[in-house]
Amino acid sequence: MTHIAPVRDWASDFDVMDPRYLADPFSIWDELRRTCPIPHTDRRKSSWMPLRYDDVTAIAHDIEHFSSLKVAVIPGDEDEDPANFEGPNLEYGLPPISSDPPLHTWTRRLLLPWFSHQRVESYIPLTRELCRRLLDGFADDGHADAAADYAQQIPVRVIAQILGVSPDLSDTFTGWVRDVLEFADDAERRQHGAEGLLNYFIEQLEYRRQNPGDDLLSELLRTEVDGQPVDDGIVLGMAALVLIAGVDTTWSAIGSSLWHLATHPDDRKRMVAEPELWPTAVEELLRAYSPVTMAREVTQDFEYSGCPMKAGDKVLMNFPAANRDPEAFEHPEMVQLDRAHNRHVAFGSGIHRCAGSNLARMELQVALEEWLERIPDFSVAKGSEITWAGGQVRGPRILPVVFG
Amino acid sequence: MKIRVDPDKCQGHARCYGLAPEIFDVDDYGQASVIVDEVPPELEEKARLAVANCPEYAIEIVSE
Repeated sequence: MTHIAPVRDWASDFDVMDPRYLADPFSIWDELRRTCPIPHTDRRKSSWMPLRYDDVTAIAHDIEHFSSLKVAVIPGDEDEDPANFEGPNLEYGLPPISSDPPLHTWTRRLLLPWFSHQRVESYIPLTRELCRRLLDGFADDGHADAAADYAQQIPVRVIAQILGVSPDLSDTFTGWVRDVLEFADDAERRQHGAEGLLNYFIEQLEYRRQNPGDDLLSELLRTEVDGQPVDDGIVLGMAALVLIAGVDTTWSAIGSSLWHLATHPDDRKRMVAEPELWPTAVEELLRAYSPVTMAREVTQDFEYSGCPMKAGDKVLMNFPAANRDPEAFEHPEMVQLDRAHNRHVAFGSGIHRCAGSNLARMELQVALEEWLERIPDFSVAKGSEITWAGGQVRGPRILPVVFG
Repeated sequence: MKIRVDPDKCQGHARCYGLAPEIFDVDDYGQASVIVDEVPPELEEKARLAVANCPEYAIEIVSE
């Protein structure tokens, strides 16, 4: 672990990897929203962090001043030179997430149909079957690690299916993605994850060029844009993005939601008794425990809301904090499973709205439904320590629960 | 009640479809549209909910 110097002033020297922030960012946001709603830090790189709903959504829509070329919360080599982003052959980064129009526009159009609500409905049976198989593995044990034994196992396998790669490698994929996102502060691990992932996809793309199937990778290889095949580096970036974005994020949302249900028996009982609440409950859990923060880069010296932003500064788009803003949500600290008014931005806002949001929402609902169907009564194991990951993606990594 | 989705504001969150599939559809690219000329009275509450849950403020009530 990289050593984190203690934060003395959250307004001018914040650190999203600080242990206190990882464990409880909520109280820090609440305090800052009142005193300094766009704190700054010079740690790692000059960075701003909007915490109010209106600021986060306004900046997300201002693509002229805020570029998406560098979206990593923890700056890496790509902040020196985008061509370094996560290893070899990625001169375009991970489009569409780490791109601006026009590259963003057409690469996003290639991905969206794979995650349309119609397509996502067709993935429900395999997701349900997968959840049931995982539950079969530990339901009789009386205890499990809800994060590692369950939440972590689901999205990676669904994404592997969509990409057409082997679900047997799920643990390896998970390891690479964690290295890139969770352990980004450790240059060696980050590099290791990026290389593993990219070399795997380079091999897979070569194989699929000879042996095309009906999977997303093969489709990207077949696609022509303006009569030309898509550049290899773009296909590689898109393939890597689908895996990176589809694993840690949804797994974190499932884990946080199970943590909530484990620690709030009334909500747990309510969901068992009133399953018709799932559509609003899923949105509310996404609001309250939004996992993802994405970065933007300031394109030119520019004053935003009194903050003297400089070209090259990072802006950490704190969607999780926006979703806890009392100006935008009544009693944001309370989880209200039937919350009627909920314009949450867990999936972002503007042109970079998460392309996989339909899939994430479906996986979250199916995973929670199946868990409660099999294990309606559970709580956090006494004396156990829950580990939370944070930075780019927040969620529990170790969540020991006991049943009954 | 008549409602419309502003195609320039819609970013494909699909929250409207999730809440009221009887009123909205969302195409392969995430673009939402209203599939009824007139919202029937029994669905007006759902239409209002869709308006109140759109993160992009893309749905508006044209006439009540």
